[in-house]
Amino acid sequence: MCRAGYSRTTPNHYDCLQPSFQQSSLFNLYKGAMFKKHNFLSTTTSNNTAEDGSEEIETISVTFVDKDGEEKLIKVPIGMSMLEAAHENDIELEGACEGSLACSTCHVIVMDVEYYNKLEDPTDEENDMLDLAFGLCETSRLGCQVIATRELDGVRLALPAATRNFAVDGYVPKPH
Amino acid sequence: MLKRRIFQSRRWLCRSFSSIIHSEPVRVCVVGSGPAGCYTAEKMLKASQQAQVDIIDRLPTPFGLVRSGVAPDHPETKIVVNQFSRVAQHERCSFFGNVTLGSNVSLAELRKLYHVVVLAYGAESDRSLGIPGENLKGILSAREFVWWYNGHPDGRNLDPDLKSIDTAVILGQGNVALDVARILLRPTTELATTDIASHALSTLEESSIRVVYLVGRRGPAQAACTAKELREVLGIKNLDVSIQESDLHLTPTDEEELKSNRIHRRIFELLSKAATSRPIHAGLNQRQLRFVFFRKPDSFQESKDSTGHVSGVLFEKTVLKGVGPGKQIAVGTGEFEDLKCGMVLKSIGYKSVPVDGLPFDHKKGIVPNDKGRVLSDTSDTAVLEEGLYVCGWLKRGPTGIVATNLYCAEETVCISPFSIHIIPITVKLTEVANHTVFMFASEFLKLSLS
Repeated sequence: MCRAGYSRTTPNHYDCLQPSFQQSSLFNLYKGAMFKKHNFLSTTTSNNTAEDGSEEIETISVTFVDKDGEEKLIKVPIGMSMLEAAHENDIELEGACEGSLACSTCHVIVMDVEYYNKLEDPTDEENDMLDLAFGLCETSRLGCQVIATRELDGVRLALPAATRNFAVDGYVPKPH
Repeated sequence: MLKRRIFQSRRWLCRSFSSIIHSEPVRVCVVGSGPAGCYTAEKMLKASQQAQVDIIDRLPTPFGLVRSGVAPDHPETKIVVNQFSRVAQHERCSFFGNVTLGSNVSLAELRKLYHVVVLAYGAESDRSLGIPGENLKGILSAREFVWWYNGHPDGRNLDPDLKSIDTAVILGQGNVALDVARILLRPTTELATTDIASHALSTLEESSIRVVYLVGRRGPAQAACTAKELREVLGIKNLDVSIQESDLHLTPTDEEELKSNRIHRRIFELLSKAATSRPIHAGLNQRQLRFVFFRKPDSFQESKDSTGHVSGVLFEKTVLKGVGPGKQIAVGTGEFEDLKCGMVLKSIGYKSVPVDGLPFDHKKGIVPNDKGRVLSDTSDTAVLEEGLYVCGWLKRGPTGIVATNLYCAEETVCISPFSIHIIPITVKLTEVANHTVFMFASEFLKLSLS
């Protein structure tokens, strides 16, 4: 992952091995020893086909409530996951495994039981990850597994507060 | 407590104030580039526009256990390196590999060079059992074995002998134990498509291990693994899994524990199902995984033919004894039995390594700290060490998943100077001015800290 910035300006064999120190700021001096920006390391791709603008993509309203109680109402295209929708709207929902069902960081709490019941039951795989979620409760789901559908219009999702008592291995504070 | 904080902050403030530069950057050094280090760096950068974070690591490659601990057949768990890469690519962040704390640079030097030092170098040693025979050949720590199959530079010479043995005993039933069992038992054709180290793949291809024991001191209701890993090991192709039904008997305390603990409840259900499912038609060369409960290792047996090599483990049978609400420990019964084997993998926990100049709690194996702020020692009269913080396993002990460090880092960053909203004043200070500024700042601090 680390690549030194070798300059390739001269044909001289030895010069080719000179690290490129011809940078202006002190900070850039170390860029030679750091990562280069690689586009393939960027995050989730968007499934959004609304780019062409000509079609009306049906959206639903989703409200995210952060751990300080601040609410943000966003429009989510049908078929998009809540994790993706959060990222597209700069909502601070972590997604360490980028939707691969290999972590629990996109954990959200469905604030109204009626909406929670409209969702399909979590699979074993999702439940395995929910086991490890911090602040797990009765209506918890993984944001990457909640897909926008018409009947979820108006759903409110709370981002769990980072609990002080984060016992390791996701100990669940409430009986479940 | 408040006085201590003000004293700390005054020293910190004065250091920042005594420079002539506008908005002096706050230089942070994070030691360790695993999840704890990277999440800490990310949160520091976000918490302050003045923060300039240097992440150092003793290896030339970053990411700690994400690179060298996560099993090769769990690539999705490694996706988080994308996020960590973005942190390192931040304009106020730099990564320096091949820098070892303790030899290339001392802790004292780092504390002089940086305003804030966060130690997040994890746990690179092992708990030991302290029982006879522990140094026999063929007894390895799971940590070394994992490093070996993950291609860690420190694991490349391990050279475990898997050819002249047919049975391995794994002590411990946590996720690391299950990972190791799975790597030993999975068909190598499946491992070949992962990023397992090639030297490990070729050794495993020649492995003659057919039986693996996963041994725990307590019962199935206390098994430390999690559902995904257990499900996976139970589902290995052509593997015969055996769990004794008698081990599944639950005490009333067990039932209480399971009622309030979702993880353990689901693990117990999985183990029960596996115990009662019909055995697969035993094919030729079929491998076996045996879960053994209520056995505490007493000593290691030495082989009579190949001296110095382990040939078995002597176990003492245990029963559970309640020592507090929801807590039961294993107590020896005086009955013994042994398991013959050619290799033992100890998966009983990692342990952190102290460095010069760093207070250390040898009993807990962590740096004494208060929510991430390093304390001078483990006594009641310990004082806070200025500008020195810990995060991750070095702070909490060697447990948890990648995401546990997310919250751990949040706590450490919140408790650091970045939570105090001070606008750096750009003056060149004399002693008198120092004092004036201090008096002003401490009043300001009192307000923001209250």
